[in-house]
Amino acid sequence: MADSRQFCTFFLNNLYFGVEVLKVQEVIRYQQMTRVPLAPTMIEGLINLRGQIVTAIDLRRRLGMAARTDGELPTNVVVRTEDGAVSLLVDEIGDVLEVDETTFERPPETLTGVARDLVLGVYKLKDRLMLHLDTERAVNLHPIEAQAA
Amino acid sequence: MASMNEDLQQQLIQDLLVESYEGLDRFDNELLQLEKGGASAETMNQIFRIIHTIKGTSGCIGLSRIEKLAHSGENLLDELRAGDRQVHSGIVSLLLKLSDTLRSMLQHLEANGNEGDTDYSALLEQLKNPSAAEVAATAPAEPQISETSEATPDPASAAQTAETTVPDGWGLFDEDPAPAAESDIPRESATPPPPTNIAPAPAKPEPANEISSPAPEAVGNKPSIADSAIRVDVNQLDKLMNLVGELVLARNQILQFTTTSNDNALLNTAQRLNIITTELQEGVMKTRMQQIGSIWSKYPRVIRDLSHDLGKKVELVMDGQETELDRTVIESVKDPLMHILRNSVDHGLEMPEKRRAAGKPETGLLVLRAFHEGGQVNIEISDDGAGINVPRVKAKAVERGIITNDQAARMSDREAHNLIFAPGFSTAEKVTNVSGRGVGMDVVKTNIEKIGGSVDVHSEPGRSTTIKIKIPLTLAIIPALIVTSGGERFAIPQVSLVELVRLEDVQARKSIEMLYGAPVYRLRGKLLPLVYLKGVLARDAGNAGDLQAKLASKTGDVFARARDAHRAWLIKLRQFLDGKLTMSDDEAGSHQICQLGKWIYSDGLPNYGDIREVVALEKCHQQFHLLVREIVATKNADTTADCEAKLRQLDGLSNEVLDLLTRAEKRIHENQIVNIVVLQADGRQFGLVVDQINDTEEIVVKPLAKQLKSLICFAGATIMGDGCVALILDVLGLAQHSHVVSGTRDQALADERTTSGTAEDEKQALLLFDVGGDSRIAIPLSLVARLEEIESNTIENAAGQEVVQYRGQIMPLIRVGDFIGASRSGHEPNNGDGSLQVVVYSEHGRSVGLVVSHINDIVEEHIKIRRDGRGGGIAGSAVIHDRVTDLLDVPDIIRRADPDFYSAAVNA
Repeated sequence: MADSRQFCTFFLNNLYFGVEVLKVQEVIRYQQMTRVPLAPTMIEGLINLRGQIVTAIDLRRRLGMAARTDGELPTNVVVRTEDGAVSLLVDEIGDVLEVDETTFERPPETLTGVARDLVLGVYKLKDRLMLHLDTERAVNLHPIEAQAA
Repeated sequence: MASMNEDLQQQLIQDLLVESYEGLDRFDNELLQLEKGGASAETMNQIFRIIHTIKGTSGCIGLSRIEKLAHSGENLLDELRAGDRQVHSGIVSLLLKLSDTLRSMLQHLEANGNEGDTDYSALLEQLKNPSAAEVAATAPAEPQISETSEATPDPASAAQTAETTVPDGWGLFDEDPAPAAESDIPRESATPPPPTNIAPAPAKPEPANEISSPAPEAVGNKPSIADSAIRVDVNQLDKLMNLVGELVLARNQILQFTTTSNDNALLNTAQRLNIITTELQEGVMKTRMQQIGSIWSKYPRVIRDLSHDLGKKVELVMDGQETELDRTVIESVKDPLMHILRNSVDHGLEMPEKRRAAGKPETGLLVLRAFHEGGQVNIEISDDGAGINVPRVKAKAVERGIITNDQAARMSDREAHNLIFAPGFSTAEKVTNVSGRGVGMDVVKTNIEKIGGSVDVHSEPGRSTTIKIKIPLTLAIIPALIVTSGGERFAIPQVSLVELVRLEDVQARKSIEMLYGAPVYRLRGKLLPLVYLKGVLARDAGNAGDLQAKLASKTGDVFARARDAHRAWLIKLRQFLDGKLTMSDDEAGSHQICQLGKWIYSDGLPNYGDIREVVALEKCHQQFHLLVREIVATKNADTTADCEAKLRQLDGLSNEVLDLLTRAEKRIHENQIVNIVVLQADGRQFGLVVDQINDTEEIVVKPLAKQLKSLICFAGATIMGDGCVALILDVLGLAQHSHVVSGTRDQALADERTTSGTAEDEKQALLLFDVGGDSRIAIPLSLVARLEEIESNTIENAAGQEVVQYRGQIMPLIRVGDFIGASRSGHEPNNGDGSLQVVVYSEHGRSVGLVVSHINDIVEEHIKIRRDGRGGGIAGSAVIHDRVTDLLDVPDIIRRADPDFYSAAVNA
């Protein structure tokens, strides 16, 4: 099946997201983090991934969602990016899915805000919709900093 | 298949580039050797081989233009090698030009994937016909080779000669320049080298000439360094280095575990692991080490060209090329070193006639020296030039607005020397293409400091200037101080660390003073600005300043005010109960907006949340307000309701609040130990206040991800022994972030002077002593280097002055009593037991001993100096500890005892 791709899926604020499986280095449970003072709030901290220091970005904050309630520990989805590995913090990890390309659709015009920049499109699965997250853009905080400045 | 061929081609080009760059650098150096006349036949062969290899390899992979050029060069070199043509500086310049052109073509190839289409036909023509080319293209100003005895003797006129003009009677060369223009065949040549001959191998030269020996045989026999070494990708080494760093940390963890174990086998294994890891670490470090000579190899060429351009004669001596440094460090000193060298040639060394007039040899000496010392690499660049002209430097600095006239007047020579590192400073009378644009030495300093090094300059007027650079061996693993702030650990690179100061309770509260909200601490009489790490790193940047002030503010007043506020509240409640004022339920229950509440939530809990009493206070205070609310609500609903029971309960709570407040205050004060880490950034010192100072550790520096690069306070991150990540503080960034250093550096320069100034009405540390008689004398403690007791039988005489041997120096003794007026006669400096009390005063490496009778005390006082203009070694008087005390004018006394002391000290 040439026109299907595999996605690593996860939940964020009850929404179903997917990133291309080839971009995912590994999925690990919550790790102790070192907070980085003065950093943008969406940077949760630094984790030690077998001797490699990886920046963890809280995807909820990145996507402008409500903060996670206390006591809920997020999961690290470590993705490979141009700038090395970066961890995306998600609520809960889902399955790896093989998705038919024909079910893809561009995001609707009504999707606005940060999500519009970061969501490449929607896959219409049988029982739900899966948002395809652009990992490169998700880890690039530059436009946000520029806005803030 | 196509892609495989392409890959192969790419690989071949890559190899060619690496090989050729290296070869050309060597080529330049050997040529210079040749020019000096000290070269052997083997040198000639090597030069030939380099170009030959470039020709061969480029031809092999179809780079015909490079091949053609290299070929022409090869032909010329062949003639030289065979002795058919004499080497002189014209030819050398031509060959250097060849090397430059080849290099630029290779660079083009590297950048664009092709050879480019630069026109080099002129050069080609010259190479084919060097005799004609010599006159047209080269007019070296200072040929240093001995063979060219007919060289024009006046270097000044040579210097003025532009490249295109040739002075009359330029009888520089053996060969007749003009008529040979058309001829390929040098006059002495017996075997005309065919210029179109594509010689596949080094042509066999005729062994007719005595300077050439048949070399090609030697090519195969002599093993080159290249045979015993392999090329390794630097990234690969970096990766290895990282892994070893991790291994070191893992080892540390294991060793920690084994300390609690009794298992012998485990202990032995851990021991072995320890040794192996250490050796592995050293080994890997070594692979990254590079000889500093690898960057120096370009310098002779640069210095030659530069000195020719400027019309100066320079001999560059390099010593310690084999000194090894980490790759990353080597890269970052390359440019600064080059800059300093250029500066030395341009500003340091004089023109030959000036040197002759000064009785120095015409050829200036430039010495580049590198050596290891104390775990650091020292690089010294010294020239025997004119030295730094202090008055001119000062004048220039004033003109450029770097310092004020006043500062310039007070500045010592040494400080003035360091002005050359100030931003925007340049004394060059005119801007040359070499230097004088006013950017430079400050950049050099910044770059060296960035890698944890330091730069210092020392100069003797008319004799020499030496610039000393100290740099760490490696940047990958650095020693760091680990501190804790706000429950998190941070690493501070040891290179920026000056000292640690710990202040305990009373001291802590009293010695930190506020200057318009900016906390400062007096460190040996000098104001040290304090920066609270907790405050700097607080998320809300806007409040950081407030928090700073709050952290430093004396908590004592706060508690007193909080107690008053709470009592005021009780009075208010009484008034309400008596019906004298009204109060709403909400107002009554607002535990967060009363004075005490405000302190608890904005200051108490955030800062002292770890103190049990503060937490209890918050709970109790909240209960108090809930009860107040209840009472007020009851009363508001029904004024006749009886609340006596509740009021009694309230009294109890209120007392508890007050009690907790008192206990919290006590605890906070007990806990208030202030740890100050004194750091140096950009020539300024500041104190970083942290919660806890942990330990020093060797840490592996890892860069921060792109998302965090904009944070100037952090230099990177590291993994601690327990596996947690800790951030590495960037001291300079931290200083900039907290405005300790700004763009101007004049403050720092001025700062150095403040200690010796005796401003009036200022709190000063003073040393009290007497010299016999009943009057007491004081000198500022900042002038005292040491206090010594000297046996009187060790006093010797030199040139009519009393001296003692002190720390390998001869220290003159000054009997203070003799200098402060005859009225104090009858003093007896001897202590009776044959020893003398001596106050040692040092300046610039020279010391004098002030002999006094008794050293009484050291006090720190606000003193008001009354200057009575009495002179005679007394600067004035002040009341210290209820007694009138004379302040000694130390410089005056020293000047009178030894008029040369200050000038000699500067030159020492």
